[in-house]
Amino acid sequence: MSFFSGYEFFVYLIMLLIPAVILGLKEKPLRIYRISLTLFFIWMVYKDSPMELVYLAVYVIGASYLVKIYLFFRKKYEKNVYIYGHAVFFALLPLVLSKVGGLYGKNIFGFLGISYICFRVIQVIIEIYDGVIKEINVTEFLMFLVFFPALASGPIDRSRRFKTDNERIYSREEYAELLEKGVYKLILGMFYKIVCSVYFYELLMDVFAGRYRPQYIIGYAYIYGLYMFFDFAGYSAMAVGTSYILGIRMPDNFNKPFLSTDMKDFWNRWHITLSVWLRDFVFTRFIMDSARKKRFKNRLNSAAAGLMLNMALMGAWHGLEAHYIAYGVYHGILMSGTEIYQKKSKFYQKYKNKTWYKGVSWFFTLNMVMFGFLIFSGRINEIWSVAVRYL
Amino acid sequence: MEEKVLEMLAGICEDEIVKENREVGLFETGLIDSLAFAELLIGIEDNFGVSLAPSEIDRNDIDTPQKIIDLIKERM
Repeated sequence: MSFFSGYEFFVYLIMLLIPAVILGLKEKPLRIYRISLTLFFIWMVYKDSPMELVYLAVYVIGASYLVKIYLFFRKKYEKNVYIYGHAVFFALLPLVLSKVGGLYGKNIFGFLGISYICFRVIQVIIEIYDGVIKEINVTEFLMFLVFFPALASGPIDRSRRFKTDNERIYSREEYAELLEKGVYKLILGMFYKIVCSVYFYELLMDVFAGRYRPQYIIGYAYIYGLYMFFDFAGYSAMAVGTSYILGIRMPDNFNKPFLSTDMKDFWNRWHITLSVWLRDFVFTRFIMDSARKKRFKNRLNSAAAGLMLNMALMGAWHGLEAHYIAYGVYHGILMSGTEIYQKKSKFYQKYKNKTWYKGVSWFFTLNMVMFGFLIFSGRINEIWSVAVRYL
Repeated sequence: MEEKVLEMLAGICEDEIVKENREVGLFETGLIDSLAFAELLIGIEDNFGVSLAPSEIDRNDIDTPQKIIDLIKERM
């Protein structure tokens, strides 16, 4: 069984959500039920790959010890960068190993969901360092890491936000509202993933794959982009919808990304929880640290370097294969280019609010985004080798 | 103190409007972007000794000059 795909999963999901709805409407706590459902679905999904189940268990239990131990050191030694660095290192190590393994086609500690779970662990460590998190309840921490709707592919929630919902008992009216939103998102997500994404995938395979004339390559980029959107946004909407029905107001991951009028706008609308995570835990900190250490001559250089770092990490997070890194660097260049252009250009300052300017900017952005998906798809190599053969 | 906050904010946003209108939406108008947000956190720490972690505050809690003033007062 896989999360949010296949007849079997949905039958179980819908059946098992009914008791949650009854509990919710009766103003009963949903916490224990969430734990039981999570254990059930983890077992159903991972039982066919027992090694991954072992890795998952080892990682999340290890992570619980890690955050507890780090919390102890943080209280004792205050903000010690050396200890902090070690805590982040240990949390990150399995992810790095699994990504390096992936590069050589080997599974070194890789398991479904590791990229997402690892980022959840790291944010907790960073917030302990900041002094924002002062207590950790292990059961709640574990649930935050493996809550089944978001386990495998996000969204990446925040531990303190998760905590408020996890402890909360909703009134009948509040729960009814969550239920309504949840059902809507779940159905929308199913429509996106089961109808739209499947349609675009078939179109992609039937018409565009394996053809190398320019119009087919451009078509491939667009159709692949649409497929990616419906696939991932559909999955995310189902995960968010299911979470709502279970009483957790999981943050949304997509907000009409193809309407973006510039690249910065795009990253506020596409895979939102990842880009906000990177903004809060990488970009902002890099800028602050650079300013303190006077690393750059001016703020624009600092922003450009921060954006390059941020987006390169975003690429590497998907995998260490060349096309993912290239995807990250490509977006790094676009983002820092946008930053410099918007800050320096008189033309931009003068016309940015005009309708025609927004239209042109939208069209440009859409095409940059679609080209990015072509890089992400890993097809550039194949296209290149075909092109070389013809020349 | 309020004057000092507004002065700092005007420097970061590169716009004097924040001094005149304390209810102006800082994020929706683009006066503060991700870069300015980082500079704001540094400014608040250096000038007022209030250290805020980037993930600690919700952007809705500091989206007007007045809210920033209130937050600093509360934490000082």
